Amino acid sequence: MEFDSTYPKVIMPLPHLPLNAITIGALADDWPAAITAAGDALVRSGATTSAYTDRMIEVIREFGAYIVIAPGLALAHARPGADVLTDGLCVVTLAEPVAFGHPHNDPVSVIVGLAVSGADDHLQFVAELANVFNDPAVIPALAGATTAEFVQGVFGQTEALA
Amino acid sequence: MKIVVMCGIGLGTSAILKVNAERALERLDIDASVQATDVAGVRAAAADAQVILTSSELVEAIGKTNADVIVINNYFDVDELVAKLEIALGS
Repeated sequence: MEFDSTYPKVIMPLPHLPLNAITIGALADDWPAAITAAGDALVRSGATTSAYTDRMIEVIREFGAYIVIAPGLALAHARPGADVLTDGLCVVTLAEPVAFGHPHNDPVSVIVGLAVSGADDHLQFVAELANVFNDPAVIPALAGATTAEFVQGVFGQTEALA
Repeated sequence: MKIVVMCGIGLGTSAILKVNAERALERLDIDASVQATDVAGVRAAAADAQVILTSSELVEAIGKTNADVIVINNYFDVDELVAKLEIALGS
């Protein structure tokens, strides 16, 4: 398919991960606080307004912790909407892991926040995310990151980790 | 053959599952289409599907279906997808 045609040849760096979209060692007592930290990073980087943060929390309240899609990793996101100013990505690492209520993948140490302006054009974006995270070393590496530059490097230089 | 991947809102998580399910099918040399859907659309999408892939959190939301429902724990683990699809599709 179209995804496989780009995999695993040249891995393009994911767009939209400026340093101000990365938070290292956020303090969060519970999962809504953790999602809020991701929402704040998206707002800070100019991708969304705070209304999007509330919608990301609503998704979990409605459907449960299914967004914890791998051990230690939550993919915070909501549907496209007027509160998405531009496609955006953020990464938040937590000072202490937080339980989201997922039977297999709790507790969460890393939150990747995703905002897309349209449902159709996000597939290549997500395929690149999969390219990064299909390496099982990436989540522990992100969880232990001490600088935003390191996190940026993980997303831009996946070849080095592969 | 048709496989449906389902998440709460039909994008993001289900798109990741779609990408990696296609990689698993390629590894198994199985020709199948993979369609992403949300909870609201799963009944229609899965009407002619053999398999539904989703999270344990969402199994109950599927309701009655003739498709095999497979729970994926780690959406980034293509090996898990290969193993579970191989059992479900009996190749």
